[in-house]
Amino acid sequence: MSSQPNPTPKHMVLYFQAHQPWRLRPFHFFEIGSQGDGFDNAQNEAIVRRVTRQCYLPANKILLDLIKKNPRIKITFSISGTLLDQLKQYCPEGLASFKALAQTGSVEFLAETDYHSMASLLPGTEFEEQVLDHVARVQEHLGIRPTVFRNTELIYNNDMAKKVHALGFNGMFLDGIDAVLQGKSPNHLYEHPEEKAMKLFLRNYFLSDDIAFRYQEFGKKLTVGKFMSRLKSIPQGDSLITLGLDYETFGEHHKAESGILHFLKDLLICIAKDKNYELVTPSEAIRQLQDTPSLSVPDTISWADAERDLSAWLGNDMQQDAFETMAHLEGRIKVINDPSLTDRWRRLMTSDHFYYMSTKRNSDGNVHAYFSPYASPYEAFMNYMNVLQDFLHTVREKEKELATRPEQGALKAEAERREMHTPIWAMKLENSYEK
Amino acid sequence: MKVLMFGWEFPPHISGGLGTACYGLTQSLRQHDVEIVLVVPKLHGDEPDMKFDLIDASHITLRKRNGPVAPSVVVEPMAAVEEKPAEMETAKPPAFVVSGPEAHLRQPVYTTRETEHLTTIEIPSYLSPYVDPAMNVLPKSMTLSAKRGKREPTILEIDKKEERRMEMNDEDTYKDNDKANDHDNADDHHADTGPLAQFPEEGAYYYAFSGKYGPDLLEETKYYAAVAAEVARAHTFDVIHVHDWMTFPAGLAAKATSGKPLVVHVHSTEFDRSGETPHAPVYEIEKAGFEGADSIVAVSGWTKRIVESRYHIPPSKVKVAYNGVMPREITPLVHGHPFGPHVVTFLGRLTYQKGPLYFVKAAYQVLEKFPDAHFIVAGSGDMLPQVIEEVAHLRISTRFHFTGFLKGDNVEKVWSMTKVYVMPSVSEPFGITPLEAIQAGIPVIVSNQSGVSEVMSHVIKVDFWNTHALANAICNVLAHESLSTTLRENSKYEIQNITWSKAAKKIKTIYHELTT
Repeated sequence: MSSQPNPTPKHMVLYFQAHQPWRLRPFHFFEIGSQGDGFDNAQNEAIVRRVTRQCYLPANKILLDLIKKNPRIKITFSISGTLLDQLKQYCPEGLASFKALAQTGSVEFLAETDYHSMASLLPGTEFEEQVLDHVARVQEHLGIRPTVFRNTELIYNNDMAKKVHALGFNGMFLDGIDAVLQGKSPNHLYEHPEEKAMKLFLRNYFLSDDIAFRYQEFGKKLTVGKFMSRLKSIPQGDSLITLGLDYETFGEHHKAESGILHFLKDLLICIAKDKNYELVTPSEAIRQLQDTPSLSVPDTISWADAERDLSAWLGNDMQQDAFETMAHLEGRIKVINDPSLTDRWRRLMTSDHFYYMSTKRNSDGNVHAYFSPYASPYEAFMNYMNVLQDFLHTVREKEKELATRPEQGALKAEAERREMHTPIWAMKLENSYEK
Repeated sequence: MKVLMFGWEFPPHISGGLGTACYGLTQSLRQHDVEIVLVVPKLHGDEPDMKFDLIDASHITLRKRNGPVAPSVVVEPMAAVEEKPAEMETAKPPAFVVSGPEAHLRQPVYTTRETEHLTTIEIPSYLSPYVDPAMNVLPKSMTLSAKRGKREPTILEIDKKEERRMEMNDEDTYKDNDKANDHDNADDHHADTGPLAQFPEEGAYYYAFSGKYGPDLLEETKYYAAVAAEVARAHTFDVIHVHDWMTFPAGLAAKATSGKPLVVHVHSTEFDRSGETPHAPVYEIEKAGFEGADSIVAVSGWTKRIVESRYHIPPSKVKVAYNGVMPREITPLVHGHPFGPHVVTFLGRLTYQKGPLYFVKAAYQVLEKFPDAHFIVAGSGDMLPQVIEEVAHLRISTRFHFTGFLKGDNVEKVWSMTKVYVMPSVSEPFGITPLEAIQAGIPVIVSNQSGVSEVMSHVIKVDFWNTHALANAICNVLAHESLSTTLRENSKYEIQNITWSKAAKKIKTIYHELTT
C-alpha cells in the first residue's frame, strides 16, 4: 500500500489555538462592595510575557521561516480576543509576529467567541455579538477577516452550527469523538445535516493528543518518524486529517528543552516533503473537497476531559452556580450598555474561570490543576464569586445612576435600543457573507 | 507476624484522638494477619476526682456481656471477669491501687484477655491519651529534677496479712493459669537480677497514686515501662510497636528485655503540643524514643518533617503512614435548633496546638458580614479562659456557645447543627476530627499546617495565622450553598480512600523489613 504513491494526497489542516484568559486577582469577601478591579493585571502581564517569550515568538519564527522557504506549508490559527488584547497591551512584539504570519497568505485565522467564552450556552444574542466582535478584532489586529469558525473549547451541537452559519461562516470545527462519529472516520470533511453549505472539520483527537499530551509520555519522546508512521496508518480512503492543538504546547506546556520546537519544525518539513499529504487552510479544504457526508450532533460536545461534554466547566454545583449568576446579569448589562462594564462582564464569562472550579478526580483533574492559578477548585470558586458579587455592586450603582438621569425613562429607552440593535447588526453581517 | 503493641484505650470512646487511631490501626492490622498483643493503660473506677474527663474503659471492656457497671466498683486486676461475673459484685479493696514500682515483683499487676488474634493486656495506670499533660499538667518551668523533688508519694503501710489475702484472692480469680505461672517465673527471676532489684525488698511498702495526675506523670511512664518489661518477658513476639511519648519508655524497656525491633509511631510531638517551648523532660523522652527506635512511623509528612528537623533524626528512618477513618454513616440527630442556618463549629481541645484564638478572630470578621452567624466551641482545655475573655473583649459573646467537652451523641448533635467545621490548628500531625465532620456531611476548612490537608483535596485549606483568609472561606461557605454542596459530596467520596487498611499495609511492610 504505502509503497505506491498516492494519486490523491490526503489534505491536512493543522490548527493551533492560542489563548490566555484575564485571570482574577485574589479578591476577599470583605472587598465585595469596594468596586475594585478584579483582574490580576500583574499576573496576566507576567504570564503573557513568559508565554510569548517561550512559545509565541520562537514558534512563530519557526513557522515564518518555513513558510518563506516552502509555500506548501499552510497553518491555521485561532487566537482568542482576550489574548489579542493582552498581547497588544503587554507584548506588542508578540502581536507583530502573528501579523507577520498573517501577511504570508499561508496562514488562516479562525473566528471564535471574542472572550473565549461560554457565550454559546447563553440564550439571546450574546453569542453572535461576541463572534462578530472577534471577527472585527482579528481584522483590526491581523488584517484578515475569518470565514471559518471554531467555538470555545470546541463546544458544538447542531443548533450552534446553524447559528454560526447564519452569521456567514461556511465551516466549523468540532472534536472527532467516537460518540458522534459512531464508527465513521474523523478524517473527512463533513457537512451540517440541514445547512449543507456548513462544512465540518473533525479534529483527529488521537493524533493531536499524541503531540499535545503524549509528547513525553513515560519518559519516551515522540519522534517525527514515529508520528509519520502513525499518519501512514490512516486508511486510503480518508481525505482530510485535522490536527488541533493548544499553541502553548510548543514551548510552554512542553518547554523548549524537551525539543518540542524542533519537533514542530521537523514535522512540518517532513509533511511538506511527503507527497502523500497536502497541507491546506480550512477555506482551501472547503473549496477543494467535494464529497462531504452529513454529520448530526444533537447533544452538546466539546474537546475537554474524557467526557467530551460540558462537564469540564459546568460539572458541579459551584460551576453551575457561578455560571448562572454571571449569565443572569446579561439583561442588566445590555440595558446599561456601558462598554467598560460589558467588557468586564464578558471577561468573567471566559471559560477558564469555570474550568478552574472543576472537581474531577481522575487524570483530567490534573490537567485542570495544571492550568489553574488556584490551589484548589474551592478557592477558584470563592474568588470568582467574590469578584462577581463586587461586580454586581458596580452594576447596581450604575443602574441607580441611570435611573436618576434627567431624561425620564432613560433605562427603558436604552433597553429598546439594544433590543433592536443587535439582531440588525447580526443580520447585516450575515448578508455581507452571501454568495 | 506477632506484635507487642503499647497502645491506648481500646475500643475508643472519644471522637478523634489517639484511642481512635490505635483502634483503627489494630483492627486493620488484624485483618492483614498480624497478631497483636495489645497493652493498654486502664483505670478502674475509684480514682480521685480529676480535672479532665476520663473514659473508664475497664468495666466496658471487661464486662461487655454483663452490661456497664458503676465506675465505683473495683476490679481486681487478675480477675477473668467474663468467666466469673459473680466475683465482681463482691469486689475487695483494689489490689492494683497499691501498685507501684515493685508491685510486679510479687504478682502480675495486669489483666490479660484473649480474643481471636488479639490479646489485650490492661495495666492499671493513670496514663491517658486524652489529657494533654504537657499543657495541662506540667508547669512550663518544671524540669525533670525539680519535679522529682516536689513529688511526695504517699507511702502506705499494709500489713502482711492484708497482702497475703490479696495474693490469695488473685490466685483464686485468675483463670489463665499458664500465663500466671509465666509471670510468676518471670517475677522470681526479676526479683534477683532485674534492673528494678534496687527497690526496697520490704513488700509492705507501696505507694499510692497521689491522686493528681500532674507531677507523677513521668514516674507513671517509668512504672509503665517497668511493667512493660515484664510483659515483654512473658510473651513471644516479633516486633514492638508503641504510640506516642508516654509509651516510649515502655517500648524501650520491652526492647531492652526482648531484643526485638522497636517501631515508634508518632501521632503528635512536643512541638505540636507546646510550640516553640517544649518541655524538656518530654522532649528528652521523645528524642530517646526516636533514637532508640528501629523505625519511626509518622502520621503525615508534616510530622515527619518535625521529627527530622527538631529531633535530628535521619529522614530514611522516618516513614509516613497516614491515618485512616472508620467508615460510618452519621445521621442528623437534631432537626431544629435555635441558631439558624449559619453555624460555624470548632471541635477540639482548647489548647495552643488547636489554634482556638484564630477561630475567634476569624469569627469576629465573619460577624461583620453575617451578623446572624453562630459559633460553637466544643471542647475544653487550658486556653478556655483566654478564649472566653477574647470573645467577651470583642463583644461577640452572644454569638459564641461553649459546650465544654463533648462525647457520644452530643458530638453528633453539634454536627447536625453545623454548617461548616473549622480546624485552624497551628500544628496538627493528622487530624481525624475533620474526617468525622465530613462523614457527618459537613464542609470542612483546615489549616495547611495539618497532616489531613496532605490527604484531602476536597476541603478548603488556609494558613492558620491568616484569619483573613479563614474568614473569607467561612463567609463563602455560608454565602454559597453550591460551595458547601460540592465540598460535601466530593469530600465524602474522597474519604473512602482514607482507610486504615492502607496504613496497616504500610506498617506491615515496615514490620517485615525489620524482621527479615
